[in-house]
Amino acid sequence: MKLLKNLLGWVDDRFPLTPTWKEHLSEYYAPKNFNFWYFFGSLALLVLVIQIASGIFLTMSYKPDALFAFASVEYIMRDVQWGWLMRYVHSTGASMFFVVVYLHMFRGMMYGSYKKPRELLWIIGMVIYLALMAEAFMGYLLPWGQMSFWGAQVIVNLFSAVPFIGPDLSVLIRGDYVISDATLNRFFALHVIAVPLVLVGIVFVHIVALHKVGSNNPDGIEIKKNKGPDGHPLDGIPFHPYYSVKDMVGVVGFLIVFCAVLFFAPDMGGYFIEANNFIPANPLKTPEHIAPVWYFTPYYSLLRAVPPLFGSQFPGVVAMGVGAVALVFLPWLDRGKVKSIRYRGPIFKVALALFVISFIVLGWLGTQPVTPTYTLLAQVFSVVYFAFFILMPWYTKIDKCKPEPERVTFH
Amino acid sequence: MKAIKKLGMLVLLMLVPAMASASGAGVHLDTAPVDLKDRVSLQRGAQFFVANCMACHSASFMRYNRLMDIGMTEDQIKALLPEGSKVGSTMAAAMDAETAKAAYGVAPPDLSVIARVRGVDWLYTYLRGFYVDANSATGVNNLVFPSVGMPNVLGGLQGDQELHVENRDGHEVKTLKLTTPGSMSTAEFDATVADLVNYLDFMSEPAKLVRYDLGYIVLGFLFVLLILTYLLKKEFWKDIH
Repeated sequence: MKLLKNLLGWVDDRFPLTPTWKEHLSEYYAPKNFNFWYFFGSLALLVLVIQIASGIFLTMSYKPDALFAFASVEYIMRDVQWGWLMRYVHSTGASMFFVVVYLHMFRGMMYGSYKKPRELLWIIGMVIYLALMAEAFMGYLLPWGQMSFWGAQVIVNLFSAVPFIGPDLSVLIRGDYVISDATLNRFFALHVIAVPLVLVGIVFVHIVALHKVGSNNPDGIEIKKNKGPDGHPLDGIPFHPYYSVKDMVGVVGFLIVFCAVLFFAPDMGGYFIEANNFIPANPLKTPEHIAPVWYFTPYYSLLRAVPPLFGSQFPGVVAMGVGAVALVFLPWLDRGKVKSIRYRGPIFKVALALFVISFIVLGWLGTQPVTPTYTLLAQVFSVVYFAFFILMPWYTKIDKCKPEPERVTFH
Repeated sequence: MKAIKKLGMLVLLMLVPAMASASGAGVHLDTAPVDLKDRVSLQRGAQFFVANCMACHSASFMRYNRLMDIGMTEDQIKALLPEGSKVGSTMAAAMDAETAKAAYGVAPPDLSVIARVRGVDWLYTYLRGFYVDANSATGVNNLVFPSVGMPNVLGGLQGDQELHVENRDGHEVKTLKLTTPGSMSTAEFDATVADLVNYLDFMSEPAKLVRYDLGYIVLGFLFVLLILTYLLKKEFWKDIH
């Protein structure tokens, strides 16, 4: 043991190991009333690690060439030892990443985790979300199936709707005038190196920002307001060992869901891996029905709900884009006096419920082919979706809030 | 909460008529009696596939030696190998793609992952769904794949079928009736096609034989681990509250 102590001392003289351990783990105080909704941050980090690890193994056998890509994926599924497992880990992980991230974001919306002083933390989170969407979009092209190809064709074509710079922008993204081998190669480079580096970097910044202000909690009250004689928040407990041990339970629970999907239903009825994607990409044959993967479908609905204006699809593209980033404005749209939904009035609760319903319905509509009824439905729910944001300064101001407690409560 | 509940129910009510119009008018698919644990069926299906389908269709991602997964020995595999193929080769079609395309108008698709694209029920219905049609180029048509370019390869075994269209309560109901018997009875033919579809299901994803069993073991382990980690958490958190 003395050897280890000397070793630790040697390192500490040259690197702030023990101070960092203390500041961010064993003496970092987090609220003691975290509930189920507080698992998803650590789970998101776990899924990031899972995706990188499985991705590395896939990259050892995958060939980013239009002629070989589809075949290389089947090679991984059949001939590479445990290749099928790596493939399913990665495809399941991609969808689970969005499940976890959407629940993580929803926690923020329920408990007002985006409000002062955590606005920058929220913005950084939205940057992670955008990077994640780019990462998933580019990753989906790589199997080079029909849905991969045509989904990318549709979405990249949207960029050509941007006035003036549109067509050139699309060529820049594609590396060609149509989705082709050039696109596949550059999407591979971005998906494997560029965006993962960006993601890891921004996640690090996200945690630094969190540690500066400290976590919010389900009651939305600042625990740093009530400190004990030792200078630690009375309602705070050190992250290690309390939350390291609690998060372990969360991890195992998550892995149960993850492995159930992976081993028993990796296709998830066509929502995680689409049947059409087992047909190799054919630029000459457009599928009857092109839809993005489920996690993009709400925004796809927003896009399709807006009719073309003066022959341009650009208004739809704007609606889709604004819909995806609208959340970033929450810290300034929300004029409520309290943080947590527990102490808000009925109006906010109804508004948030309507937002969730519209997100889910828009999501389902995005998987369906276009019909007049569905378009009308999408338009109605698009209005509800945007109304959540546009009317927020008004309804959060007039909402009758309840008094917040002095100390945290347990639910 | 009452207001939210009412609102929620109103929204859900709006969805019902929307969803009713969603159910597409597809052809009824027979349920394929596939059982990936039935090795004898899979082996029969494999032999049938090599003998009857590979004249035109390739399965270029499937290696012959993978048939060991369904219990065939190397000698049994060598026995069904076509001329010029080795045990480690992939399953190539006898006819090359261009000749086939010229003959049938479209290149016969590779069948390696066809069960993942179409599903076993569709394949089972398709392979038994050919009927005589004087208006088509091939002289036949198919119940689930209208104007298909594939000829009725298995017609000799099944016999000839005829399409009957009835009008029941405003719906068009299509059924097929056997007019000329083939060399197999209906029951025999259905069983043969079931073997073939079973094999196609295996071929689309050989890992399916392994992943269910592995899944039970992994989930079993994780449930035990869940109990242990939960108890550990309770112990650490005893003094909090």
